[in-house]
Order: sequence, then C-alpha cells, then structure tokens
Amino acid sequence: MTHWIVAPIVLPALLAPFIVLAARYHIGIQRVFSVAGVVALIAIAAGLMWQASDGTITLYQLGDWAAPFGIVVVADRLSTMMVMLTSVLALFVLLYAIGSEWDDRGRHFHALFQFQLMGIMGAFLTGDLFNLFVFFEVLLIASYGLMIHAGGNARLRAGVQYVLFNLLGSTLFLFALGSIYAETGTLNMADLAQRVTLIDPAETVGVRLAAVLLLLVFAIKAAVLPLHFWLPSSYAEAPAPVAALFAIMTKVGAYAIIRVYTMVFSPDLEVTAGLHTTWLLPAALASLAIGMIGILAARHFDRLVAFAIIGSMGMVMVSISLFTPTSITAALYYTVHSTLAGAALFLIVDLVRSGRANLRLTAQPVVPGAVLTSALFFAAAIAMAGLPPLSGFLGKLLVLDAAFDSTSTAWIWAIVLISSLIAVVGFSRAGSVLFWKAKATPAPEEDATEEDAAAPATLSYVAVGGLLSLLVAHTVFAGPATRYMTGVSEQLFNPAPYIATVLETPGKLSTPTEGY
Amino acid sequence: MELLVASAIGVLTGGGIYLMLRLRTFPVILGISLLTYAVNVFLFASGRLSIGGPPILRDGVEFYADPLPQALVLTAIVISFGMTAVVVMIALGAYLGADDDSVDDPAEPSTGEVK
Repeated sequence: MTHWIVAPIVLPALLAPFIVLAARYHIGIQRVFSVAGVVALIAIAAGLMWQASDGTITLYQLGDWAAPFGIVVVADRLSTMMVMLTSVLALFVLLYAIGSEWDDRGRHFHALFQFQLMGIMGAFLTGDLFNLFVFFEVLLIASYGLMIHAGGNARLRAGVQYVLFNLLGSTLFLFALGSIYAETGTLNMADLAQRVTLIDPAETVGVRLAAVLLLLVFAIKAAVLPLHFWLPSSYAEAPAPVAALFAIMTKVGAYAIIRVYTMVFSPDLEVTAGLHTTWLLPAALASLAIGMIGILAARHFDRLVAFAIIGSMGMVMVSISLFTPTSITAALYYTVHSTLAGAALFLIVDLVRSGRANLRLTAQPVVPGAVLTSALFFAAAIAMAGLPPLSGFLGKLLVLDAAFDSTSTAWIWAIVLISSLIAVVGFSRAGSVLFWKAKATPAPEEDATEEDAAAPATLSYVAVGGLLSLLVAHTVFAGPATRYMTGVSEQLFNPAPYIATVLETPGKLSTPTEGY
Repeated sequence: MELLVASAIGVLTGGGIYLMLRLRTFPVILGISLLTYAVNVFLFASGRLSIGGPPILRDGVEFYADPLPQALVLTAIVISFGMTAVVVMIALGAYLGADDDSVDDPAEPSTGEVK
C-alpha cells in the first residue's frame, strides 16, 4: 500500500498530458477530468493524512533504491497535512475558474493547473533537497504559464518580472545545493541531518554559507522582506484563480523552512545557531509591518490583497522564526488560515473586477451582485485582519502566546497588534469605498457595457463560499486542529524516527553484498 | 586548475550580477544566463576537481570521480535552458505588446483594467 504516497505526484503528472493530448479542443472534457483528478487527490490526501495521523512515517523508495542513493518520498504528518490543504484549495480554485470561465480565456489552463499541483505535491512529499529543487522548478514553470494565462500587456510585463526573479532564486538554490554537497557529500535530508552534526566546529564556513543561502532561497519563495518585491505585481496581475492557487506557493517556502531548519539545521545545532533569531525574526516582523501598511496604502484592490498576503506570510514567519514546538504549532494553524483567507480574497477581487471598469479604490457605480460579494468580502476581511470570531483571531492569539517566552516578546506583541489595527483600518476603508460609496455614485446614463455587467456565476460564489466555510470550520474545530498540529510539531522536533525510517528501510544498494 | 575554475566562476557570477541589474530585459536575460553558467560550473566543482578518474565503480581502480554532481549539472542545465527559453518568449511577448522592454513597472500602473 506504500505506493499511495507517490499518487499525489503521479496522478496530476499523468492527467496533465492526457488533458493536452486527448482533450485539447474540448473545454468540457478538460473540466471533467481536472475536477475528477482534484477530487481523487483529496481522497488520496485524506487517506495519507489518516495513515500519518498516528505518527507513522511511511517511505517510498523510487525504483526500490535505498536512501541516500535513491530518491525517496516521505509521508509524515506535516507533508500529508500540506498535501491535504493543497488539494482542498485546488478544488475550490478550480470550481471558481470553471464558474467564472477563466479557464476558457486562454489555452491549456487545466493542463498547467495539474502540472502546478504536481510540483507543489512533490515539494511537500520529497525527502531529498535536490528533488525539492526539481519540484520547485516544476511548480514554477507551470506557474509561469498560468501567470500569463489569457495574456494582456500588463500581465506579460508582470510575468517577465516574476520569471526573472524566480530564475534568480533557482540559481541561488543551485549555489546552496552545490555548497551543501561539497561540504557533506549528500543531499538526502535525513542523511544530511546526521552528517552536519559530525562537522568539525572549526571548519563550518561552507555549511554556514549553505544554510544562509538556502534560507534566502526559501525566503524568496515565502516573500519575506526584503525579498518580497516580486509578489505584489505578479499576484495582482495574475488571473484571479491563479493568484488564489499561488496562495499556497508562498507556503511552500514556509514549509521548506520548517522542514529543513527543524531537521537538518536544527535550532540547537551549534553551526547555525542564531540564524533564525538574528536574521529571520526581524525580517519577518518587517514584512508583517510592510504588508499591513501596504493594505492601508494600496490604491488598487488587487494590490491590497497582495500586500495582505505578504503581511500574513510575515505572521507565519514570525511564528516560525521562534522555533519552539508551540510556535511551530501556531505557524501551522496560521498557515492553513492564511492560505484559505488569501485565496478567498483573490477570488473576491475577481468578483468585484467583473463588474467594474478598473480596480482603483475609488467610488464607482454598484457592481452587479454587490450584496453577496460585499458580504463575502466582509467575512474574508475579518478573517484576514484577524478579528474575532474567525480563525485569524485564534491564529494571532496562538502566535502571541507562543511569543510569550521569547526574548523579543515586546517587539513581537507590539508589531503584531499595531499591524492588526492598521489592517483593520485598511480593509474597512477598502470595503466602504468599494461597496458603500458605490451607492452614492449614480450609474452612467448610457451604459455601453451593459451586456458585460452580469452578476458573477453561481459556481463562483459557491467556490468563494466554500473557502470561507472552510475558514469557519477551521475556527469551530480549532481544538482538534491545534491538537493535530501539536502532533505535527512534536514529530518535527523529534526527527530521529524520520531519519531512521529513511535510512534504515532496506532497498537495493542498502547492503553491498547484494551484488550491485 | 582550482584557481582557474574558481576565478572563472567568480567572473561569470560578477558579470551576471552586473548585467542582471540593468533596466532592459535583454541584458537581464543575458545576466541570468551567465549566472546559470556559473552555477553549472560551481555544481560541477562541488564533487572536487579531478582529471581522468572513472565515475563508475570497477575492480582495480583506486581513484574515482564523483558521478553525482555530473548528474546534478545535467539536470540543472536542462532546467535553466528551458527556463531561459520561457523567459525569452515572455519578454518578447511583453516587448512586442507594449513596445517597451523595461523590466520596471510603467510609471502609471495600469492594474485593474478589464482584460
């Protein structure tokens, strides 16, 4: 039954070429297969999550080659949780793309969407750093295609910036991998975790360099200040369903930081001690502040949401950079929340966009379907700004609680609380301009775009409502969720079983006497 | 040999970073390509530089070249080549569409227009 672990990677990898080859000109068939694939992914992810929930770590050796020689795919609590989050998010994003007919405005949306899922799933499941790089590239190259889906000058220009920035990130990743390999002679994470502890403390320059480079790469992915410049314009210009799916991509960076810096370069490792508190925490606090100030300062609705994403990533990174079991629990809770809330907000931007000439935050005539759209925006903004009763509030409480024992409690509390206030002001300003002032603005007499101005499709509302109801569920079942995530962080801070599973499972080459 | 390889990597990286900081897409893409060349050589050197060592285990051979970096470099070359092709296409599209190949945002961002 261990073959199920690669299923989240293999299924989209097979489905995408099938969609290109067999259903190229039939958008209906593409939609059916794409949705069926994502539903199957959810089922597989649920199975894997259930299997991992009691703490079992399951290993899949590709080609039956034993680690560290072969490539391994590992399913533990953290991986399966992220796989589940991705597949659930993908379902609602896909429903929105179908409902709003974004998928029909360019070619190959569904194929690229599946390739993107393959990359994300692979990044979550792999147990090998070079393989992580490869899956990063898979998800990036699919995202380049999705980013410029449906074309347009502004989008292409933002696409160039996005691709260039990420190419630079990939190059840095390779430099980091090269230095790690030169220092330790392995790229398997479990093997690496054992070898870095054996390095002579006097000769750690190379490993330190590699650890910092790797942190930089993941910080680019997670859009931590000052490496966030690619995010606002590319997320604002990307098609709405794509931007909503990208909400999980920043979390891939956060996941990689959690994975590598709990297992390989753990906080108590002498070689890289102080890296998190010295560098990561201030950067995370700065990105939290800049993100929330950006919400208040943005002149366009889509940029506002992009800055909200930066701010919420800042919150996640603040919690991660404390590197205690409680703070990782809080970070994971907030990650799930911020993915769902960010995706919902991007979809709401598109609901608003469909009825307006532009997304400037100025009073313009009422958008079609404004009642429902504004209600959804209200809920999503409450969640994102971290007001009670939704999960953003609980997440923030968890983060503040985890920061209580830290040496920089005052800084964290001050910035988290003040930035929340700024976000509330920013969101209320945006909401009142978009929806309330619109009442006072009369519609133009001669409405030339009347046939365009239909209310968004029901399926679009179902998708956004689904994401918001997941947020509600995340709030109502916060108890079980945090218990599960406490389990996740316990497993992360006790990497010995993971390492033993990866390195001691027999396979080809594990004993030299087999004759290979 | 170490000095030669190391300085080659350094020069390539320096040139790449300089070109990458330019304002137009063409030099930036050239800079990215130079950087990927630099990283390919760097990866190659991460398995230690050696001459004439066989990469496959055989009886009677004492001295081996590390085969793994060669495989890594191959992967990296393929990926960076593909990525460069993609960015050239997207940059061409942006240039032909807007008649302007600056990397920066235009002075008046045109976000939010119905596309």
